Amino acid sequence: MMQSDAQLRHPTSEYEMGVRVCAAVKRYGRVGAANGITFELARGELMALLGPSGCGKTTTLRLIAGFERLDAGEIEIGGKPAASAGLHVPPERRRIGMVFQEYALFPHLNVIDNVRFGLHSYTGDRDRRVEKVLEMVGLDGMERRHPHELSGGQQQRVALARALAPEPAVVLLDEPFSNLDAGLRVRVRAEVRSILRQAGATAIFVTHDQEEALSLVDRVAVLIDGVVRQVAAPQQLYRQPADRDVAAFVGDANFLPGTAGGRTVECEVGSLELVSERKGEVEILLRPENISVMPAGADAGARVRAVLFFGHDQLVSIQLPSGRIVDARLGPMYHFAIGQPVQIKASGPVMAYARHV
Amino acid sequence: MANDRPRLWGASRADNINHRYKYGKRPHGQARDAFPVYMMNERTIAPLTPDLQPRVSSGRIALHIVAGAIALLMLLPLAYLGVRAGSAGAAQVFDMLASERTGRVVLNSLTLVFLVTVASWCIGVPFAWLTVRTDLPMRKLWTVLGALPLVIPSYVGAYSLVAMMGPRGFVQSWLEPLGVERLPSIYGLPGAVWALTLFTYPYLFLSARAGLQNLDPALDEAARSLGYGPWQTFRRVTLPGLRPSLAAGSLLVALYVLSDFGAVSILRFNSFTRAIYLQYLSSFDRTLASVLALVLVVLTILLLISAQRVQGAMREYQRAGVGAARRRQLVRLGAWRWPALLFCLGVVIACLVLPASVVVYWLVRGLAAGESLLPVWTATANSLRAASGAAAVAVVLALPVAYLAVRFPSRYSTWVYRSAYLGNGLPGIVIALSLVFFGANYAPFIYQTLAMLLFAYVVRFLPEAVGTIRSGLLQISPRLEEAARSLGLNRRQTVWRVILPLLRPGIWAGVALVFLSAMKELPATLLLGPTGFTTLATQIWSATGEAFFTRAAAPALILLAVSALSMVFILRQEEITGQ
Repeated sequence: MMQSDAQLRHPTSEYEMGVRVCAAVKRYGRVGAANGITFELARGELMALLGPSGCGKTTTLRLIAGFERLDAGEIEIGGKPAASAGLHVPPERRRIGMVFQEYALFPHLNVIDNVRFGLHSYTGDRDRRVEKVLEMVGLDGMERRHPHELSGGQQQRVALARALAPEPAVVLLDEPFSNLDAGLRVRVRAEVRSILRQAGATAIFVTHDQEEALSLVDRVAVLIDGVVRQVAAPQQLYRQPADRDVAAFVGDANFLPGTAGGRTVECEVGSLELVSERKGEVEILLRPENISVMPAGADAGARVRAVLFFGHDQLVSIQLPSGRIVDARLGPMYHFAIGQPVQIKASGPVMAYARHV
Repeated sequence: MANDRPRLWGASRADNINHRYKYGKRPHGQARDAFPVYMMNERTIAPLTPDLQPRVSSGRIALHIVAGAIALLMLLPLAYLGVRAGSAGAAQVFDMLASERTGRVVLNSLTLVFLVTVASWCIGVPFAWLTVRTDLPMRKLWTVLGALPLVIPSYVGAYSLVAMMGPRGFVQSWLEPLGVERLPSIYGLPGAVWALTLFTYPYLFLSARAGLQNLDPALDEAARSLGYGPWQTFRRVTLPGLRPSLAAGSLLVALYVLSDFGAVSILRFNSFTRAIYLQYLSSFDRTLASVLALVLVVLTILLLISAQRVQGAMREYQRAGVGAARRRQLVRLGAWRWPALLFCLGVVIACLVLPASVVVYWLVRGLAAGESLLPVWTATANSLRAASGAAAVAVVLALPVAYLAVRFPSRYSTWVYRSAYLGNGLPGIVIALSLVFFGANYAPFIYQTLAMLLFAYVVRFLPEAVGTIRSGLLQISPRLEEAARSLGLNRRQTVWRVILPLLRPGIWAGVALVFLSAMKELPATLLLGPTGFTTLATQIWSATGEAFFTRAAAPALILLAVSALSMVFILRQEEITGQ
């Protein structure tokens, strides 16, 4: 199920437009990489394009940047048309700032010259601007270094500074954290977020890492098979995924068949409250953290099948009497043995989707 | 000190504790590392510790000695050249160096290098750009054709030039009835620049191509996103990024031009190699020849050192742009396609079609006039004999050198490897001359025998065999050897039953490359061949010198075929190593 166009628009009607992508189509030969992408973001908003690899999110970013030509649809940046049928504004005239996956710093230029590179038509004091941006990303003191003399995290910040310096209408970031090791990533992410906020920038991130998307931005657009399935704030996206695919992609998900009867649904784990009214045969979404598990007598129908212990939490797989497996996320203090009979309890409200036959 | 011990096995309890303190609190996900690892380690390490200092096997010592001996053998000519030049005495050497004659030779050579490099830029860089970055039709074909002149010996090119445009060439004979008494002379600087450019521009073409391909496309996109148009992006980002590749290509061109003997001697331009040869021929005191040769060696070594510097710079350039190869958008030529095609076609005609046509023209004329092909068969047989001998010896000598360099990296093995590569940088005439001195004075029993010629070939072409065998070895994981050892084979059995069978493609490629190069070798064959021993190369050279163009035609045609074969082998080699 897709959201309607009205839902894909930004929730508030009074706002300054940052980027508008409308029914964007891009095909490579017969393969469609973008099959009618639609979303908008306001000025100053941070958005993530999230999706599995090959879903068309990088293509979308490159369409906005102007590195790829649109086959159909429209793109506006800062209220000005950037691409549509018969119009292709070249990248250099779109007022975009791009942070590449591999940073793409110019190896023959030092940090200052890299950052100054985009300031050729900047009207203010260029030196002052470079200084300010470098200070913002915390690289003052490294001005004379060349890219190969910087660590990965530092290169990342130069790339960000270079993109921000000309005050672009939108900053586009293509998997910007994928080259950093896990420990560094969390810290750099937070830094980048606060730098972008401080600069008041409008930004679009491309990522396949849901944790990254959820923790970083104001709204997330989920792309699957070249189509935007849902645009929502992180909390809403996680709690109320628009369809089954989105639910399965964002976070861990259990699906159980049930019969909806208005405000509640009957299923194998009991009667649960529904998020919205519905009737008929449905499939409900149970997040693992909404399931609690209790030890029970030998006559209980559910059994523990597997335990994955992570430390801060654990994932306990439970086989229901019907044979279905559901995963429950529990705190580290519980201990369950494989084969142990248990009783489970789910808490609502839950989302319900049309059942796949 | 704890730090001197191998990390993996030698980690003691103290090391682990230090490690934990040094890196402070672990991030969340690595919490399990806090488990006292050292307890496990100590138990598992104990039985392995004695293996830390394996006994040095006798096989390994033998390998080091054999490879070292080969390296010394390769150094012999150069060392002797130094001795020979030095024997003249400092004052005499200084006089020779300061003489006007030497100055003129240096000036000639540098002028030639400069002009050929500039001309190669004009052909190579646009050609590379067209075949990498644009939608030019048949790019692959143009690439192969553009690289092909590289393997054609320069003297074949010079021969075709003289046979076409020279005073007895056919253009002159066609124009004479029209009243053209004399074409402008092809001999000297213009002819040498023309011939050498056509056969050395591929070095620039290929390095520029590699540079264009290796540049991260994201760099161009970054410049575009920062507000630069296509042309400005090329000037401000692409060109600076190409700088190291272009410098490397120019150095290769310069190196080739300095070392070339065939073209300058046929076209009678007094650069180093020809001056050395003339000096060697004309006087009994050959000290001047050896002094000139040493100056040439110094020049080539300077070039080689700069080439290495440039390669270092190149690595820096590539470091920032690794990974994520994205499809690059090709520049659409539109109507410019036609002039572009004309340019490519013109280069190919000048480098390949014209020489081949000239050769065929004179061959047909010669056959029509009843020219005997008998000398050609003798020369072919001689070439085949010498080249196959050289290929066999070179590969046998290359094996220990390459194996040592790949499996036992050390300062010693680097020295061995570099010495074996000497022939790659040294001009052929220098190697030949030094072996003449050496043979005449110390080894009269092999002087002017086929053995001596083979030795010269091996010094010159060993690098080719070492190169292919080394890249073959690099692809054989040491784990395979270890697996064989763990299954009970000793080192020698491992070599015979695992390494050599896996190395077979590399060995054959080495044989082929050395064979084909030796077929085309000229200066060493001229100086060191047994009396009356003609090969295809020397036959072309002497026939052209005497303006018997029909006699040179058949050998030239055979060598053109040999050149095409070289190209096929190089291309296949690149496919195998995936370059």
